[in-house]
Amino acid sequence: MRLKAIPGEWIDRSSEVEFSFEGHAYRGYRGDVISSALWAADVRLLGRSFKYHRPRGILSLANHDINALMQAGQRLNVRADVEPLAAGQQWRAVNTFGNLQRDSGRWLNHLAKFLPVGFYYKAFHTKALFPLWERLFRRLTGLGKLDFDTPHLRTPKDYDFCDVLVIGAGPSGLSAALAAADAGAEVVIVDENARAGGSAAYQRGGKAERYQRVNELLNSVVRHPRIRLLTSTTAAGYYADHWVPLVDEQKMTKMRAKSVVAATGAFEQPAVFHNNDLPGVMLASAAQRLIYRYAVQPMQNAVVLAANADGYRAALDLAVNGIKVAALVDLRGKQAPSRLADAVQACGINIFHAHCVLEAEASADGNGVAAAIIAPFDAEGNADAASTLRIPCDGIVMSVGWAPTANLLYQAGTQMQFSDAVQQFIPAQLPDGVFACGRVNGIYDITQKYSDGERAGRDAAAYVGYESATTLPQIAAETESPSHAWPVVAHPKGKNFVDFDEDLQLKDFENAVQEGFDNIELLKRYTTVGMGPSQGKHSNMNALRILARLTHKSPGQVGTTTARPFFHPVPLSHLAGRGFSPERLTPLHHRHQQLGAVFMPAGIWQRPEYYAQPGQSRTDCIRGEVAAVRHQIGIIDVGTLGKIEIYGPDAAEFLERVYISRYANLKIGMTRYAVMCDESGVIIDDGVVGRLGEQHFYFTTTTSGAAPIYRELTRLNTLWQLDCGLVNLTGAMAAVNLAGPKAAEVLAPLTELNLALTEFPYMAIRETEVAGIPARLMRVGFVGELGYEIHVPATYADALWQALWQSGQAHGIRAFGVEAQRLLRLEKGHIIIGQDTDGLTTPLQAGLNWALKMDKPFFIGQRSLQIVAQQPLQQKLTGFVLAAGYSGTVPQECHLIIEQGDIAGRITSIAWSPSLQRHIGLAFVRPDLAVENGAIAIRLSDGSMVNARIQPTPFYDPKHSRQHYPAQEVAA
Amino acid sequence: MPWRLLRFALSKKHPEPRMFAQPDKLKTSYDAVIIGGGGHGLAAAYYLARDHGMTNIAVLEKGYIGGGNTGRNTTIIRSNYLTPEGVKFYDASLDLWKDLSQDFDLNLFYSTRGHYTLAHTDAAMRTMRWRAEVNKHYGIDSEVVGPEEIRRASPQIDLSCGGHSPILGALYHAPGAVARHDAVAWGYGRGASMRGVEIHQQTQVMGIDVQGGKVCGVHTDKGYISTPKVLCAVAGSTPRITDMVGLRTPIYIHPLQAMVSEPMKPWLDPILVSGSLHIYVSQSARGELVMGASLDPYELHSTRSTLDFVEGLSAHMLDMFPFLSHVKVVRQWAGMADMTPDFAPIMGKTPVEGFYLDAGWGTWGFKATPISGKTMAYTLANDRNHELIEGFSLSRFARYALTGEKGAASVGH
Repeated sequence: MRLKAIPGEWIDRSSEVEFSFEGHAYRGYRGDVISSALWAADVRLLGRSFKYHRPRGILSLANHDINALMQAGQRLNVRADVEPLAAGQQWRAVNTFGNLQRDSGRWLNHLAKFLPVGFYYKAFHTKALFPLWERLFRRLTGLGKLDFDTPHLRTPKDYDFCDVLVIGAGPSGLSAALAAADAGAEVVIVDENARAGGSAAYQRGGKAERYQRVNELLNSVVRHPRIRLLTSTTAAGYYADHWVPLVDEQKMTKMRAKSVVAATGAFEQPAVFHNNDLPGVMLASAAQRLIYRYAVQPMQNAVVLAANADGYRAALDLAVNGIKVAALVDLRGKQAPSRLADAVQACGINIFHAHCVLEAEASADGNGVAAAIIAPFDAEGNADAASTLRIPCDGIVMSVGWAPTANLLYQAGTQMQFSDAVQQFIPAQLPDGVFACGRVNGIYDITQKYSDGERAGRDAAAYVGYESATTLPQIAAETESPSHAWPVVAHPKGKNFVDFDEDLQLKDFENAVQEGFDNIELLKRYTTVGMGPSQGKHSNMNALRILARLTHKSPGQVGTTTARPFFHPVPLSHLAGRGFSPERLTPLHHRHQQLGAVFMPAGIWQRPEYYAQPGQSRTDCIRGEVAAVRHQIGIIDVGTLGKIEIYGPDAAEFLERVYISRYANLKIGMTRYAVMCDESGVIIDDGVVGRLGEQHFYFTTTTSGAAPIYRELTRLNTLWQLDCGLVNLTGAMAAVNLAGPKAAEVLAPLTELNLALTEFPYMAIRETEVAGIPARLMRVGFVGELGYEIHVPATYADALWQALWQSGQAHGIRAFGVEAQRLLRLEKGHIIIGQDTDGLTTPLQAGLNWALKMDKPFFIGQRSLQIVAQQPLQQKLTGFVLAAGYSGTVPQECHLIIEQGDIAGRITSIAWSPSLQRHIGLAFVRPDLAVENGAIAIRLSDGSMVNARIQPTPFYDPKHSRQHYPAQEVAA
Repeated sequence: MPWRLLRFALSKKHPEPRMFAQPDKLKTSYDAVIIGGGGHGLAAAYYLARDHGMTNIAVLEKGYIGGGNTGRNTTIIRSNYLTPEGVKFYDASLDLWKDLSQDFDLNLFYSTRGHYTLAHTDAAMRTMRWRAEVNKHYGIDSEVVGPEEIRRASPQIDLSCGGHSPILGALYHAPGAVARHDAVAWGYGRGASMRGVEIHQQTQVMGIDVQGGKVCGVHTDKGYISTPKVLCAVAGSTPRITDMVGLRTPIYIHPLQAMVSEPMKPWLDPILVSGSLHIYVSQSARGELVMGASLDPYELHSTRSTLDFVEGLSAHMLDMFPFLSHVKVVRQWAGMADMTPDFAPIMGKTPVEGFYLDAGWGTWGFKATPISGKTMAYTLANDRNHELIEGFSLSRFARYALTGEKGAASVGH
């Protein structure tokens, strides 16, 4: 039922919203949440519990009502207690079988005594039967249901900065924000609720003053030029250096603050008694939220269970809003006279001191409360079940204590200690730049909260450099404990729930401790307390108290479990953001597209695998490209290679240290193959080093090595403090390899450089112009033909390509892709790092002894290779061929070589060689098998064997005559 | 309903004894001391007591049992490794796993779900084939499968991964399983405790007494113990213990993080791993998605969580499973992984007599829990390395006889 209009209510009575729940149509108002609208329509059964499928209603109305999770279409596990009502939505409760009312999962409630804590560890593990049981468990488990048609939501992410981030916009937070801003700081204050004001807006004690005061403060905050207030925004976690993700409906904002004030308040905690989970039993703060936010009557006839002044205020809030309060049951003994108690009595409410609610009596349909059974409760926390009193009511309101919302403080590394005075953990040692105020700091008195906020705000401003001169307010100690030390009532029938997410009862904890799970971390893992979606916000504190009592320790000695992100669960879409998947294209990409390239990923690059020709198969296209290179002229984009320049007096020394060959003696204008090892002597990269001047080198790395190798070299340069500098030109330079017998003829018209063998020999590097473009040319031989690798600034790549393409037309130029290059280099026996090497391959195994200069004073991996060299070689990379005319299934890379039943190696590369007209390949084999013409046997995936013969590389042009000499000179 | 659950309802008092005896205080001497009350340490204690009759043993645990990497990992169990040493070792572990629930009379929820290591590149396909061939050679159920078979096992997966890293195939390992990690520690703990082993929680080792190259005792914050044998099974804290005996290892510590979603109705049957996208994911018996990625790229002795980890992992999860957009992440956490240069563990005897190492478990330790316990128990009892761990000795680094598991252990865990 709705109450009459209340000052400050969040609902807009002029705007009705229609929606449905479990197939029935309802109306609420704009500003409602699902739970408040349903409650206003007298719906009490909002969901069922996870384990026993017990009926559940509103507990907190504060984003912790895990038993009122709902689903509408693709949105699953939506918390009805905070989800704003929107028109036309069709909600259902999650995890019910059939429907909510007639959920066939209800039978589990009757099996509860067979299913004590950890029951699943004790049974079902007969080997043959477990899979059957597991299938049943997997049917029962889980909450909401996925809709596999849900689209990939891409949400933006934002970055933000501030001097002081205040988390929580209640009395202390607002006060902190204002104080910090007045001192000069730029402040952002966030609150997860739709409106600011915190508990002062709904814990009114039947009067308007608290609400009015916080509202005035809120107005000052909103008007302040240095404060930004963000509502409906959750500070989801705290990460190092005040890095706080702020999550709202649309996005995640990553806030880098200079200091953080936690004014996060406290969670009200339930009392533990029989049937404390019935719909209608709720936290006092939930009842107050229903009244003051949504103008919904929480119940008609209430029993208030209290153990602090907040409970008395709640009773008054109920009474002045027309709800009959049948009794106020105070767990504590007789208290000193107070105005609050007088006011409660003045309303005609009976107060029972030193009493507890022993049980909530269920209504006839089992989905509500019929009465509270109360009993005397002594100072030791024992109920006298013999002298009970039945008080009819349709709701029980609990106000027995609080647990600090210290999740972010814990994540920040705050040391918390248990305060007996307020019966909660409070910060003992805060990290630098982190401040706390209000309830999370153990301050409950409303006046003191404002003062404490002001203090924290000023401290935070001072921390970032805005000192204020005025004296700080004194914070007085609390006059009573806001939390009861033992709000727990044993009951022979159990069903006195400690954890509502996981349906854990008091005896589950007793049993777990009996079984030896008697420290808080083990208890958590065995009982699963606090592991549900609310992460123990309503259960951890009571669990800790129970454990303390059972093990005769203080709560402080028991301690808490670790609080981890997130504070509230965050959708994957918000965390993923737009899902950035970087992809790099070379400046020649459009040329490849025009030529029909089929692209393949090479790291984050897209490279042409081959160029599709109309009417030709992939294989034919690749063979055509190979033929062009072997017989005429081909061009390949090699711009993805890492390209690095190094200058300085120590440049040669630097290269001597990072590569296994010698570079100090490299002549200016010449290049040399370069292999890099890690400290264990394993090959990690290769490339070509060219010397452009005494103190100036230009060198390449593999495509995949471009970024990591540059990063590692930069690290080494910092470490070694050599007098040289590195420049990464990978993106700045484009490169093509022009290769084939006609390469010189294609290039000659475009450059003034003398291409004659004597002037520009194999392995030389020259700086010149090609087609008027400044270029670096290297005579290379990777594919085994006369070749020029031409490097130009990336912006000129297109002009270079066009010039070469035009010049090549007369010679039948053809672009070739990565596949053709792989084949061409295989015919030459050139290795590809990562394919023909693995995580343990040394230069010795890869047959690169010729490049290895062990007599250098130092290079990375040298010491390891000295040791490795003493030992017999385990395997050796060697060439092999299949029989000419072999027509069976062709072995694949990584098929094993088998010798007398043992693994004796594996294939690393294999392909059909058009030049040799047979299958050729590289393989690691045991050294004793690596003899020329030796037979090896390769095992295919289906277990059949293929014979092959060892043949040394290169397979093609073993004397390297083609790459050394320009074609006309060969012919001559 | 199994009959054994009846006794819970019929018995007035909870009919379950303590799982682990609670010893009052340390004795002055033990036949062996095991440092680290995680799965590995407790398993070693269990097999020492059960198979070798050594029961005068103390397990010393700084925190609580199973609270380190045993309780932080994503519980994947498999044996499709790359080296003969690795394959044989992990396969022996799998054999023990299968009967462990029966042995303990404790349901570990050992659930054979099938394990797919997805390949998005040619290079990855080559590695998968290599692993499959080596696995098959040693009788391991392992094969390379194509996209259609992956779709059959997980019909909802977006095989194109958002269009930018299409799945070309996978290494399929049918015996791949998950288990309830905490219960493994409890099962071993209970079994060891029943046989007389003392488990001392909240007991920290402060130093190890070595004289003449031999272990003679252990200093703890609860007093001194004399013992001739010490087993170090402390994962991410290994360097702190090896420093105490002056032993150098090539172990370096990297954080490894993971996260878990809210529960949802089960839909994901197999365990899926993608090296390219840095994902591994399975759905637990509670309906939660348990997700992890690769190591953090820096050395750090800390279990702090980072935001960029969840951001990156979430983005990759949505690439593969776009329909998870509304699913929420509940919790993230981190463990400290003791990495070795070749991604294989360091086990067995050391140059310090009586000091045995069970370390270098990096990201792959959970699945080895039973076999590491069994082989270390053998090694400790006989002062001789068990044959299954000969490839994992500390001395291999000095000899450069590495056991290269990088291709099979990284990301895949």
